[in-house]
Amino acid sequence: MADEHPKAADANAPRPSFSRRSLFRGAGALAAGGAVADASRAAAAAAAPTAVRYVGMSEIELEINGAAQKVAVEPRTTLLNALRNHCTPPLTGAKLVCDRGSCGACTVLLDGQPVYSCMTLAIDAIGRKVTTVEGVAKGGELNEVQRAICEHDGSMCGFCTPGFVLSITACLERKPDASLDEIKHACAGNYCRCGTYPHLFDAALAAGRALRAKGGK
Amino acid sequence: MKAFELIQPKTLDAALEALPGARDPRAGKVKLLAGGQDLLGELKEHLIDPDQLVNLKALPGLDRIELGADGALTIGALVTLSRIEGEAAVRERCTALAEAAGAVGSLQIRNLGTLGGNLCQRPRCWYYRHEQAVCIKKGGSECFAYGGLNKYNAILGGGPSYIVHPSDVAPALVALEAQAVIRGKRGERKLPLEEFFTLPSEGSVLRENVLSSEEILTQVVVPAPVGSGWRSTYLKFRERGSYDFALSAVALRVALDAEQKIRDARLVLGGVAPIPWRCEKVEKALVGRKIDAATCEFAAKLALDGAEPLEHNAYKIMLTQALITKALRKLAAS
Ligand SMILES: Cc1cc2nc3c(=O)[nH]c(=O)nc-3n(C[C@@H](O)[C@@H](O)[C@H](O)COP(=O)(O)OP(=O)(O)OC[C@H]3O[C@@H](n4cnc5c(N)ncnc54)[C@H](O)[C@@H]3O)c2cc1C
Ligand code: FES
Ligand code: FES
Repeated sequence: MADEHPKAADANAPRPSFSRRSLFRGAGALAAGGAVADASRAAAAAAAPTAVRYVGMSEIELEINGAAQKVAVEPRTTLLNALRNHCTPPLTGAKLVCDRGSCGACTVLLDGQPVYSCMTLAIDAIGRKVTTVEGVAKGGELNEVQRAICEHDGSMCGFCTPGFVLSITACLERKPDASLDEIKHACAGNYCRCGTYPHLFDAALAAGRALRAKGGK
Repeated sequence: MKAFELIQPKTLDAALEALPGARDPRAGKVKLLAGGQDLLGELKEHLIDPDQLVNLKALPGLDRIELGADGALTIGALVTLSRIEGEAAVRERCTALAEAAGAVGSLQIRNLGTLGGNLCQRPRCWYYRHEQAVCIKKGGSECFAYGGLNKYNAILGGGPSYIVHPSDVAPALVALEAQAVIRGKRGERKLPLEEFFTLPSEGSVLRENVLSSEEILTQVVVPAPVGSGWRSTYLKFRERGSYDFALSAVALRVALDAEQKIRDARLVLGGVAPIPWRCEKVEKALVGRKIDAATCEFAAKLALDGAEPLEHNAYKIMLTQALITKALRKLAAS
């Protein structure tokens, strides 16, 4: 989508003035209505903002793959856009394909649960743990699912692969002995246009076996 | 997406405060955001271009599932569909609801999609979803589906718009006699969820429910049914195996007596009408009958009596009849 592209966004937005996140002190319902006679209570209500407001560019902090990262985003910036275009270095593992929550190429984990990052506002990821495919390999070692996908030739063009890695990883995290049907169900929101499904599912079953052998369960 | 401001209220009052009244010039330019799984699609397609989104996610207390002393289950509007699907109390007491929540979209959608957002989601008719098609749902004068491509449209209750309500959860909750709790600036109101949804011929054709732009759906309450022998199910038929909206769906709840005769029944259809379609005539006629082949055939036929298919969707009649039969058989055996 053109208007989600960083350049297009820059063209019609004022230059970023960071941290313009303004707080609006919504004592409105209380203080403005005159219902609060007690001045100290009114002051307390005014001191504790009842709403946070994001306008234009602001700098937010996200926890991505275990590390805090400051990112400049607009309210409309999706998590996918933030990861790919506003992180340093850019995290391009999550792919932009349909941008409508239909294909799964942009799948990331939020607090361990698979979600579509194209259907998540970056601001909504504040305070949650974001895991992208870049974050599943530990110390340069592929995780069991990645290794099994390589061994089972589960990738052709590779566009869908990061999404499948995360959906399968989360599924086996919940249930290392997930059956074929359970794996298919967990991956129903991930499409592979090259049709690598049989290899991917073999890989997922193998990864589950490997995890169980390692003593996961 | 057009640029917008994001307001994150921390209290329900602050959220209501942020919503403009009908005569406010900002009316229509402020929208509520829950999980965003529907709303972001509408924004990306420029079906709506709000100046402000009021983000409900930080509101306290609306993400809870509570089992009351009276056996009623209260589910906050912000509870996600995957939580509803997995919650033991829901699976045991409201099987149809757990099944319906589990039948929504894909896991990624269910992990962020909320109960409130599911009930308030906008239609999926492809004319409505097309930016350039100014159909009757978007202030135009015509339902393009009526004389156009209408394979996915309504066979019951249609006109002047022929959308089907896309929610899986809604028919299940109507079958479970759920109540909707709505908060507005002047207080709270509670009504049967069945009355929450409006036909295009009754309410405004621009909306699918009774909510005003100054109200928020806060909770859904499923009362404990009286007596014993209750069971329920939600069956959904999709065109694709992976995930899809319902071509047709059936939510059924029955109570069987000691002789396996139906003591009470509630039958609601999804995917075939602009609202969750309750079949009251069938419900009454089922009382006192055993679930056998004759009962299934009779109920399936009666439920679709009066269906008026469009050019490309007559298949929905037989499909729905088959689902009704399947649901009855399943509950008889469970
Ligand atoms: C690919 C795809 C497949 C899908 N498949 C299905 C399916 O099979 N079955 C199905 O039922 N749905 C399906 N959906 C729709 C999905 O968006 C909803 O199921 C989801 O539950 C919406 O919830 P949300 O919290 O994300 O809502 P949002 O997108 O945040 O909101 C949806 C609408 O409701 C309004 N709203 C939200 N919460 C409230 C509230 N508390 N009070 C008043 N108004 C409110 C918003 O303003 C908005 O207009 C699908 C969506 C996608 C993208
Ligand atoms: S790019 Fe997000 S689901 Fe396709
Ligand atoms: S490998 Fe090409 S889309 Fe899956």
